[in-house]
Amino acid sequence: MSDIGEIRMQVMWNRLISVVEEQALTLLRTAFSTSVRESGDLSAGVFSPRGEMLAQAVTGTPGHVNTMAEAVLQFMNEIPREEMYEGDTYVTNDPWQGTGHLHDITMVSPSFLNGELVAFFACTAHVVDVGGRGFGADGKSVYEEGIQIPIMKFAEKGVVNRDLVKILRCNVREPNQVVGDFYSLAACNEVGHRRLVGMMREIGLTSLDGLGAFIFSRTHNAMLERIKALPKGTWSNELVTDGYDDPVKLAAAVSVHDDHLNVDFSGSAPMSRWGINVPIIYTKAYACYALKCVVAPDIPNNAASLAFFTVSSPTNILNAARPAPVSLRHVIGHMVPDLVLGAMAQALPGKIQAEGAAALWNIHISARPAAGGAGRRAEVLMFNSGGMGARPELDGLSATAFPSGVHTMPIEATEHTGPIVIWRKELRPGSGGDGEFRGGLGQVLEIGALDGHEFDFSAMFDRVKHPAKGRNGGKDGQAGVVKLDDGTLMRPKGWQHVPAGRRLILELPGGGGYGDPAKRSAEARAQDRSRGYVTEDGK
Amino acid sequence: MTTRTDDIRLGADIGGTFTDIALDVRGTIFSTKVLTTYSAPEQAILDGIAIVVRDAKISTADIGIVIHGTTLATNALIERRGAKTALVTTEGFRDVIEMRTENRFEQYDLNLKLPTPLIPREHRFTVKGRIGAEGQELQPLDEAALEEIADQIAAGGFGAVAIGFIHSYMNPAHEQRAREILARKLDMPISVSAEVSPQMREFERFNTVCANAYVRPQMASYLARLQTRLKDMGADCPVFMIHSGGGLISVETASEFPVRLVESGPAGGAIFAADIARRFDLDTVVSYDMGGTTAKICLIEDYAPQTARTFEVARTYRFCKGSGMPISIPVIEMIEIGAGGGSIAWVDAMGRIQTGPESAGSEPGPACYGRGGTRPAITDADLVLGKLDPDSFAGGAIKLDAAASQGAITSDVGARLSLNPLSAAFGISEVVDENMANAARVHAVENGKNISDNVMIAFGGAAPLHAARLCEKLGLDQCLVPQGAGVGSAIGFLKAPFGYEALASKLTRLSQFKADEVNALLDDLKASAESFVRAGTSGRIVREITAFMRYAGQGWEIPVALPDKPFAEDAGITLADAFRKNYERFFGRAIDGLDGLEIEVVTWSVKASDERPASAKHKITTGTRSVPVAVTREVFDPASGTMQTTAIVERTSLSAGDRVKGPAVIVERETSTVVTTPFDAVMQSDGAILMIRKESAA
Repeated sequence: MSDIGEIRMQVMWNRLISVVEEQALTLLRTAFSTSVRESGDLSAGVFSPRGEMLAQAVTGTPGHVNTMAEAVLQFMNEIPREEMYEGDTYVTNDPWQGTGHLHDITMVSPSFLNGELVAFFACTAHVVDVGGRGFGADGKSVYEEGIQIPIMKFAEKGVVNRDLVKILRCNVREPNQVVGDFYSLAACNEVGHRRLVGMMREIGLTSLDGLGAFIFSRTHNAMLERIKALPKGTWSNELVTDGYDDPVKLAAAVSVHDDHLNVDFSGSAPMSRWGINVPIIYTKAYACYALKCVVAPDIPNNAASLAFFTVSSPTNILNAARPAPVSLRHVIGHMVPDLVLGAMAQALPGKIQAEGAAALWNIHISARPAAGGAGRRAEVLMFNSGGMGARPELDGLSATAFPSGVHTMPIEATEHTGPIVIWRKELRPGSGGDGEFRGGLGQVLEIGALDGHEFDFSAMFDRVKHPAKGRNGGKDGQAGVVKLDDGTLMRPKGWQHVPAGRRLILELPGGGGYGDPAKRSAEARAQDRSRGYVTEDGK
Repeated sequence: MTTRTDDIRLGADIGGTFTDIALDVRGTIFSTKVLTTYSAPEQAILDGIAIVVRDAKISTADIGIVIHGTTLATNALIERRGAKTALVTTEGFRDVIEMRTENRFEQYDLNLKLPTPLIPREHRFTVKGRIGAEGQELQPLDEAALEEIADQIAAGGFGAVAIGFIHSYMNPAHEQRAREILARKLDMPISVSAEVSPQMREFERFNTVCANAYVRPQMASYLARLQTRLKDMGADCPVFMIHSGGGLISVETASEFPVRLVESGPAGGAIFAADIARRFDLDTVVSYDMGGTTAKICLIEDYAPQTARTFEVARTYRFCKGSGMPISIPVIEMIEIGAGGGSIAWVDAMGRIQTGPESAGSEPGPACYGRGGTRPAITDADLVLGKLDPDSFAGGAIKLDAAASQGAITSDVGARLSLNPLSAAFGISEVVDENMANAARVHAVENGKNISDNVMIAFGGAAPLHAARLCEKLGLDQCLVPQGAGVGSAIGFLKAPFGYEALASKLTRLSQFKADEVNALLDDLKASAESFVRAGTSGRIVREITAFMRYAGQGWEIPVALPDKPFAEDAGITLADAFRKNYERFFGRAIDGLDGLEIEVVTWSVKASDERPASAKHKITTGTRSVPVAVTREVFDPASGTMQTTAIVERTSLSAGDRVKGPAVIVERETSTVVTTPFDAVMQSDGAILMIRKESAA
């Protein structure tokens, strides 16, 4: 390649990344669900006509990002090329073809230039409701978890599929918000398409083949170098999580080969009767995420970088088969990075952080007037995070989402959405595991209804019975607690009731510590005490 | 009536490196740059005044008004040099400013560090008392506990107090009462969140009141010293401060709400560009300010810079969104990226050229300065590409070493990618231009605008070198490089209106629109905004009323301009229409056909400002008189990818209507304007250079 050709390729690659950032931004700006607009539970990307991901927005969360990377191929299998037209948008929420549960809507749009298919745009977002039992673990099969939309056209030649919209409206609790989000997903692909075509016309390109080859060869070579530098072999790890009623064992063996990494999940628990099963596409997304953080954090996500990671598993809780219930696949799925990092810690001693709270402590609240009274009804969703594990040279981050990439919602915004009061949302002293580097602190929430109201909530909490483990001599973080303000213990999973006048208290787990506590510096200990990061007894 | 104020005005901009002074004596500008003096910032202003007063042959007593902007508040936040501050907050919410958004702004960095909160945990006190989302009292304020907190603060050696309670923007009664109780025992400034930033979202509001309290003692004492010393040197005129929203406020207001001074310097630059836009009747403009460390881009519509209600200062991680401190106050909205003349170029793992955000600064500076810098900066690339004359950089103050530039570019970029030095320099230049273009494009999208509809106004030392290429990338046909571009912000201060924007968060569904309630709320906002403006002017006051609206259920509001008159009972319908029109402009199409989808107003805003005298109008001239070319140099041509013989023209040799064919470089003391092949340059009647695409008609 000539010098100038090389530079032009680099500039176009930059431009393509800017195109997908605009695509993601449009989704943030127009979305209705708080999970998308306040918390960034979304992803967006551009693909070659062969379905290979070329670039993807930095905005987004790993569970969406890496699942969407494979979703476009599924759409191409279902919708033949001759049935694709300009102005089309395709949709699905199939957990096995999309991102692992029905609440996530994935849309794919072909992008045409002068009648030629030049790219696909894809995006994913979590909508507020899909009908069924609502967001929770209580479904016995996917049929109870909401409406299923197989891969189909949301719009053909620019005309929206009215029948789909009608069926949807009839099947969800918040039809305006859900349909609004469908439009916003379609708009975001449309913006991506317009920018791409604008860029290709300006530069004089008729296809992205040359650019794609450039992106993939650069990425491939960079990944290969990183993998060459890793020790070769196979390392295994196990961890136990709370599960729904019985503990769930997760097992992984990470094999580092010369040209790829594989994670095998044999030995993990069988499928659960409850909606905490994980389709393999979501398991893979978080396995890839953990490995990429260790091996190649600075190399962009695209088909070439993701091709270096493979997974294998018999049917089990991490490779759930249809029609298993999967609504809360994130609770177990968010444990996959800790599972994989535990194996990598043996391959790369001294380099890998301790375990953390891992699963988000999401809570879905259904509030209503207390029996016979007047007042408001509302569905309220909150994302809250415990502590991250301590790192080999740094304390863990307190109340910070990992591995998820979402934000929390401001409590002032949350209280506007329904008749509830958040009385407390602050750090939980003493919850970080001790060590040379301390685990991140969890947090405490205290939630009540407004006077004259009561509420049910869907619990989706883990690490209540199985705290985050420390590493290299670091102590475990504190386990989580779910209770009422009168001391009544509540279950960590499933729908439960909080009577009028009572408050729900959530104590989120802390992260594990790293290294021998005896080596923690006197200054760090003094600061922990003066800031109240530890409790009086010095834990 | 002619007052001294109209006659002779002085603008002073304290920046990170330089303090710029611009003196406007009946339309003639005298300007100077002096080094900022950190220990006593007022000294640089006094030194600068002495110089321009001497140049203008006037006495300091003749100065009618001093208008001042400064990065001192910003720097105090970035460098954490504020007062020991206590935060008093609602029980249960001690850690709002520490827990932030619970998000990692960089997903793949396992060793990420989050910015430390401005006020450490041991200095945060909590008190019982709770206001609900509708403004109702859910739990009374614990006044006895506040007495004890006052004693602890008094004994704790604090210099300032911030009060931030949940939902105080709906009902500030608890915050006000807490201030009364604390003030009885504490002799230090107390800032309350409902006054500093009356907006929903506790993290942003608490952080803003903390920032205000934190810089308040330092800023108040600086401003008092400045006023005294100005008087001592005979400048007994009123002093006004430029605020981040681009208007003027009194020194007293600034001393009470110093957080409003954050980013006031860049705001001056945007006003400078807006004034030029007005001068040439340009209704859609993008201003482009590129200095040593960063580039700033601002959209200007109908001669007014775009504004926002929240922004981030002190980003700690490669200018990454989310890595700084959110401040929610009215602000001129700018996108700032780490792309300046000193930004360092490097190669990443994929063999991609990257630029910034690390900057070589002025010490050691780019390799070509010959002051020990060994890594290639943007200025080195510009030099190798022939855009700069090594012998007359910065008025000849620094002789540039092209061989050093070549060496640095070869070792850090060229050798790694097997590129010759010229290609590597072009690569660096292209990447930085592309990054700026992408930032501008995304910024325009965020504001529902199409970037290619704009005229660019370029200023700051490095902008004229890159502006033409940036216009090519963005599809712009015209770019103005004004006179005085080097001290643009200080000149901009002189054009600023006395202005203030008052905001209130009050969620109003249009289906439940109550005209009398909204009218009463707006009357309060009008009174509040005007009282600030009245402090500085007796002229006519104009108001802009804006509602920030969305579909109920969305989280992002778009601004909708409203007529300045009381609402009738059925105004909900007109508001809905206005909203749908704006929504279409932002996002392509309004959402219709959804039964019962509500539209709501989240925040109401009243901006009051005095009417500025119209600046002299100039018409864009496209000129036909060609200019003889005596000097040429080899300059890189991006279109052909080769060096081309290029005309070198002195800016001072051009008269209005002269047209220089691109490629050309127009040189002056502070900078050079690079006219790429697709453009010609035309000298305007006010001394600005217009770059205009060859085939386009103005």
